[in-house]
Formats: sequence, C-alpha cells, structure tokens
Amino acid sequence: MLAQFGFGVFVLTFILALFSVGAAVFGYFDKSDRWVEAARRAMQLTFPLITLASLTLAYLLVTGHYELQYVYSVTSNDMPFYLKITALWGGQAGSLVLWSWLMSAFASAVTLRKWERDRELLPWVIVVTSVTLAFFLSLTILYENPFARWWQTTGGDFVPHMFAPAGAFPVTPADGQGLNPLLRHPGMIIHPPMLYLGFVAFVIPYAFAIAALVTGRSDDRWIRLTRRWTLVAWLFLSLGLVLGMRWAYDVLGWGGYWAWDPVEISALMPWLTGTAFLHSVMIQEKRGMFKQWNMLLIILTYALVIFGTFLTRSGVLSSVHAFAQSAIGPMFFAFIGITFVISIALLIYRWKDLRAEVEMTSMFSREALFLLNNLLFMGILIVCFWGVIFPLISELVTGQKVTVGPPFYLRANGPLFGALLALMGIAPLSAWGRSTFKTLGRALWKPSIPSAIVPVVLAILGVHNWIALVGFTLVAFVIFVTLFEFWRGVRSRQKKNDENFLVSFWQLAGRNRRRYGGYLIHLSMVVMAIGILGIELYQTTTQKTLAVGEDIQIAGYTLRYDSLAQFPYTDGRIVTRAALSVYRGGKFLSNLYPRYDYYTASGQPMTIAGVRSTLADDLYVVLVNWENVSAAQAPFKVYHNPLVNWLWIGSLMFIFGFLVAAWPQREEETRQGNT
Amino acid sequence: MKTRIIFLITYSFLFFFIASLIPVVVVAAQQPTPSDDEVNAIARQLYCPVCENTPLDVCPTTACHQWRELIRQMLSEGKSETDIKQYFVDYYGARVLAEPPRTGINWLVYVVPPAAFLAGVYLLFRAFTTWKRQAKEPIKPAGQSSSLGSGTEPGKDSNIAADADYASRFEEELRKRQ
Repeated sequence: MLAQFGFGVFVLTFILALFSVGAAVFGYFDKSDRWVEAARRAMQLTFPLITLASLTLAYLLVTGHYELQYVYSVTSNDMPFYLKITALWGGQAGSLVLWSWLMSAFASAVTLRKWERDRELLPWVIVVTSVTLAFFLSLTILYENPFARWWQTTGGDFVPHMFAPAGAFPVTPADGQGLNPLLRHPGMIIHPPMLYLGFVAFVIPYAFAIAALVTGRSDDRWIRLTRRWTLVAWLFLSLGLVLGMRWAYDVLGWGGYWAWDPVEISALMPWLTGTAFLHSVMIQEKRGMFKQWNMLLIILTYALVIFGTFLTRSGVLSSVHAFAQSAIGPMFFAFIGITFVISIALLIYRWKDLRAEVEMTSMFSREALFLLNNLLFMGILIVCFWGVIFPLISELVTGQKVTVGPPFYLRANGPLFGALLALMGIAPLSAWGRSTFKTLGRALWKPSIPSAIVPVVLAILGVHNWIALVGFTLVAFVIFVTLFEFWRGVRSRQKKNDENFLVSFWQLAGRNRRRYGGYLIHLSMVVMAIGILGIELYQTTTQKTLAVGEDIQIAGYTLRYDSLAQFPYTDGRIVTRAALSVYRGGKFLSNLYPRYDYYTASGQPMTIAGVRSTLADDLYVVLVNWENVSAAQAPFKVYHNPLVNWLWIGSLMFIFGFLVAAWPQREEETRQGNT
Repeated sequence: MKTRIIFLITYSFLFFFIASLIPVVVVAAQQPTPSDDEVNAIARQLYCPVCENTPLDVCPTTACHQWRELIRQMLSEGKSETDIKQYFVDYYGARVLAEPPRTGINWLVYVVPPAAFLAGVYLLFRAFTTWKRQAKEPIKPAGQSSSLGSGTEPGKDSNIAADADYASRFEEELRKRQ
C-alpha cells in the first residue's frame, strides 16, 4: 500500500512538473503573470511531494519491506539503521530519486526569491529546471521504479513490477541482499550526495543562462544572480571528487586514490568546465567580455552533468551493446542531444547581442591569462572526453574494445596541469586591461627568486626526477606569489591606515573575501599538488608471502608479520585481520592491522588496508585476500606513498578558502576591499 | 682404420660435449620461481579482460589470480615481458593493454587531443590579434588597485577605482569623527 502511495506521489509530481513547464511557457508568451505564478507554485509543490515519496521509500527501507525489489537489493536484516537510510541512494533507482529531490529543492529555493527586477527570467528558469526534473522523474516512473515489488510468474520466474503481471503472485523474501560492502564506507555514504549536490546546483546557473538567452538579456545580471549557486555547485562537486578519492584510497585496496576510471572522469569533466566558468565569469563581471564564451561554458557544464550521469547509469561503459539494451540509456542520450542542440541554437541566435563591451588589448593582461587558463581546462576536458568515448567509438567501428588507461591521461594531462599551476602563479600578478610583458615581469621577479632556489635545494637533497623538480618549483612559485600578494596588500593597508600587521591582514582578507578566498583556494590546490606529485612520482610497492615472524622491507621500513585472527562481526561479516609491527632503523613505530571482511549474505569481500599516516608518507598494507591466506603464512602487499597526506590537508584548506570567498559581504565592504 | 679411430674419438668428444651442455640448458630453462614483485611488474601493465578498468595486479577475481600465475609460469620459462604481453593480446584482444596499440583507427586517440588543443591555441592567438586591432578606446594606466595585483581598466573598473577612492576618504572622515 505504501509502495503504491509513493509511486502515486511520483506520478503526481511528474504531472506537476509538466504543468509547470506548460504554464511557464504559456505565461511568458501570453504575458500573463497569473500563469507564471501558477507555474512557480507548481514547481514549489514538487519539493514537498518528492520529500514525501522519498520519506516513504526511506521508511520501507528501514522497516525491511523486502517484497520491494529495491529494498531487497540494498538492505538486509543485519544492516545498522544509518546504512538503511543511506541505502536510499545506494542503488540506481534510489540515486535517481535523490537527483530529483535535490533538483526540486534547488528549483523551489530559487523560485522563492524576490523576482521583481528579473521578472522576465522567471518563466524560463522554471522551464529549464522543470524539464530537467520531469526528465529524471520520468526515468523513475518508467524504468527505475524503487517501488516495484517482486512477483512470481506462472513460469516460476521472479520479476519486479509495480503491478501484478498476468497470473503472477506476490513474493516476500525473508531477508535482503544488503548494501554493496564497498558502499558502506563513510566516504561513499557522503560522496554521492555531495556529487549530486554539485551536479544539480549547476543546473541553476544554466537555467538562468538559458533564460537570459531566450529573453535577450545580454548583461551580466544572470551571472551575478547565480554567482553563489555556481560557487556552491563547485564546492560540492569538488568535495564529491575528493571524497571519492578518499573512498578509493581507503576501500579499494590498490594503494591509490585516482585510477582515471571513466566513472571518475565523468564527475571530473563538469568540474573542469565549471572551474573554467568560475574564472571566466569574473572577466564578464569586471570587463564585460567573454559573454558568448561564458554561455558556452555553462551549456557545456550542464551537458556534462547529464552526460556524467548517463555514463554511470546507462551501462554504456561496459559495452555499447549494453547501452543499446538498457532502457534508460537511449532516453539519456536523446535528452542530452535535444537540450544541447536547443541551447547551442539559442546561443547562435543571440551571438551578436553577446559581443564584448570592450576589446582585449594585451596578451599579458589578467583577462588574457584567464582565457589561457580556460584553454588549458578545455584541453584537459578534451583529453578526458576523448579518452572516455574512444573505447566506445573503437567498439562501434572495429568491433574491438580497447582500454584507455592512466598512462594516456597522465602523459596528456600532466603538462596541462603543470601549465595551470604556472598560470595560478602568474595571473594574480597581472593587471586587468593593459599589462605588458615588462610590467608583468617586474611583478614576477620577486617571488621568482625564492622559487628558483627550490629546485637547487631539492637537487642537493637528492631529488633528480625532472618532473618532480619542475612540479615542486611551480608549487613553490604559487605559494610565494600568494604569500607575496597577501604581504603587498597588508603593507599597503599598514602604510595607509597605520594598523598593525594582524589587523591589516584581517581587514584586507575580510574586505575582499572573494579575492583572498580565491588565493586561499589556490594555496589549497598547490598543497594538494604536493600530495599528488609525491604519490604519483615516488610511490613504491612490494608484495611477499610471510610466515609468522618473517618480515618485509620497503623504503627503509621493516614490517614483521605477527599474527592472524578471524572472527564474525555483528553485522554478518567475517573479519580476517592480520597484525604487523612496523620498525624503522630497528626502532618500533606502530602496529598495523590490514584486514578483509567477507559479507556472507552477498558473498562479497572488502579489503581494508592498514595505514600508518604521517606528513612525510603513508605506509599502506593490504592483506592480499585473493591469494591463499592462513594463520601460518599470509601474503601482504605494501605501498609506500610519500606526501599523500598533503592531498587531504589541501582539501580541508580548500573548504576554508571557499568559506572565505563565498561568505556574504556587505556592499560597503566590497567597495572598501578594492582599496 | 686410423681414420675411423679419429672419427670415433671426435664423435665421442662431440657427444660428451653436447651431453655436458644438456644439464646447463635444463638449468637455464628452470629459473627460480619469479617473485610476486616480478609478476606484478608485468601484471600492472595489463588490464583484467573480465573486469572493467582493473589492472591485473590488483584484481581480486579467481580468473585474474590464474592469469597472474600464468605470468609467473611464463617468466619461469624465460619469456620476456613483450612476449607475455603479446600472449595476452593474442588471446584476449587489445583491451588488456593500458593503452590502445598505435595502429589503424587507434591513432585517433593519440592525434585528436593535441590537434584539438593546437586548434584552440591557434584560435586564441587569432582572437588576440583581432582584438588588438579592434581596440580603439584608450586605456587608462593602472591605478591604486594595481598595487594589489589588479589594475583598473576603462568602464567598470574605473568606476570601482573611483568608488574605492571615495570609500577611502569616507573611512578617513569617519575615523576623524571618532
């Protein structure tokens, strides 16, 4: 009964979303505020309705209604309460519900604002958000219904259906399969909502961009209105990516955080265009330039958001044939194609209206460097996009699948990321408008001197890998430039206002949060780069089967195998845990407990590495459960990951920098901040 | 007779020489069992033919365990890294390699991204030169805010600079009143 209720609510919401689209379009062309208002209210009503349907599903998950196929596939009796709640987005059907719920929440929130000044944009913002919502709801209703229940047909087959197939009778299993063990990690519990928050929040600036194109508003109002949405989208997408990295590092047991897997790349691609957009809109705000480019970037970001969801949900990655057979794949494909073509057609239609208010005058101005930054992001996007779709093209054309793996991405993207690092250092020192090679050079030489010392010091310390030398020099350069920028600002304030250093620092950052928050984000990125350079260039690994008392050596560490224990756990898994002692130079450092958990209900194992983390390195030990493990002897794979912790520290700094940049600023403070 | 004896002695020497070589060849073929690290060094360059995007050295499936053992066996038989990789390609197709082989249509994977990027560089350069030609309005020199790394420019930022000056004077006045 509850399942039918939940499904009915989804159908009603879908109808409301369609009504919202129709009413908004009619209201716009008929110049009828009443119809637009009706569309707005219908849009706002979708949020409580999807919340109700989601709560119904959550209740069914928590109370173990295994007669529902979705509940059966993602929960089991022995799962703790919180995991039953997170199972809401633990499967395909549930994750699409989460998408719709977030979409309705954001769309409702955006329509709640006062629209007096921008009344003409409202109908088209409603149209775009409602069309997107209706699309995801249609997937839920037609193909991925979380309320479908099990039926046994006359032929003895078990099939999931919303309504009884002819002659079939309902079946209720006593227990479910349980959530995939890999999804039980805290990182994976938060990772999908974060990623989806980022994905869905990017729909809002896109909706405003389309509204501006349709209504012919060529000013930067849509950018100013959605600046905070863009920042929020970017924050959550970034956090989603970092959490995904952390999850991979902790759970997948291969000693790394990023495998250039198509699923990872599908989340990275909208981040790349979103980051380019975030930089590029500043130029439109400051200089009235790049209006066409910004439109294109946000259209691309929206298309990539849907494309990323399509890649991970349609089965296309496993095979183009799986895509053809999947129900939602062609739907996604059609939706991406239609929305992209319409968006580009609108952009072409308004192309002339979106010409720049001023022309670029110098190749060394900040706007020119921002454009170069955009080109680099686009370069990385092309590499990623092509790397993901090429195996599909190859399979279609030749019938043979190929793998495009990490060596391709690292070789192609490495120099582009390096150039981005260099730009991160140079661009803050350039001026808007006219900036010459000479003026830029004058600003650059001071931070360049300490940066030039870095490779010399590193070489003396024994670093001879040229990529490491270039990479760490660029990292140092960005750090020196950023610190130099802070110092210049503080000194300038001190001279003018007779303040002490700390007060000046506080006032400076507080009164121009966007700029100095941005610098903090740059700092966080280079701190993350330290971790990435460390693990990518200097990771070492070794594997050996050890008898109790034997040891294994890596990077100056000695790990002695002490014991092995196996015991059942309350949630139905059997834990096999090894104990090792870590020594360095004969001195005991710590114990490590790598383990693997075997979930008996689903028959799935999960590897949990034993990790000793310091700022200098991680010692990452895996009990290799795919080889023969016994109390007498067990195989271990050990990774030595230098500097990797800086990756996680950088991500924490990133959140802080973001908070500074996005913190609401009063108008007078904004003006003061420019002094 | 004498010739026969010479031949017999020569053949005997040859026989003993060849016979003495046999154990050496057998010993050479039976190399010590390759270590896990030696196996993984090759396995990490190959992708599991069954799982999606999983390198062979970390794939936990039974099939991959057997393939790693196969690599170990081939190494112990004296096969080179190239031979082993080619064996897997012959049996399971080019998808087992971390990158597509540089043949036929696969060249596209390597050519398209740099070509697209270079096209972007060219377009950007052309746009720069066009903009420079079109720029007619004189630009004011960088103002006070350039000391913080952001100069002023005509239009929007000149207003900001004016606002900043005003705000600065305003703040000064407020301080005097206090």
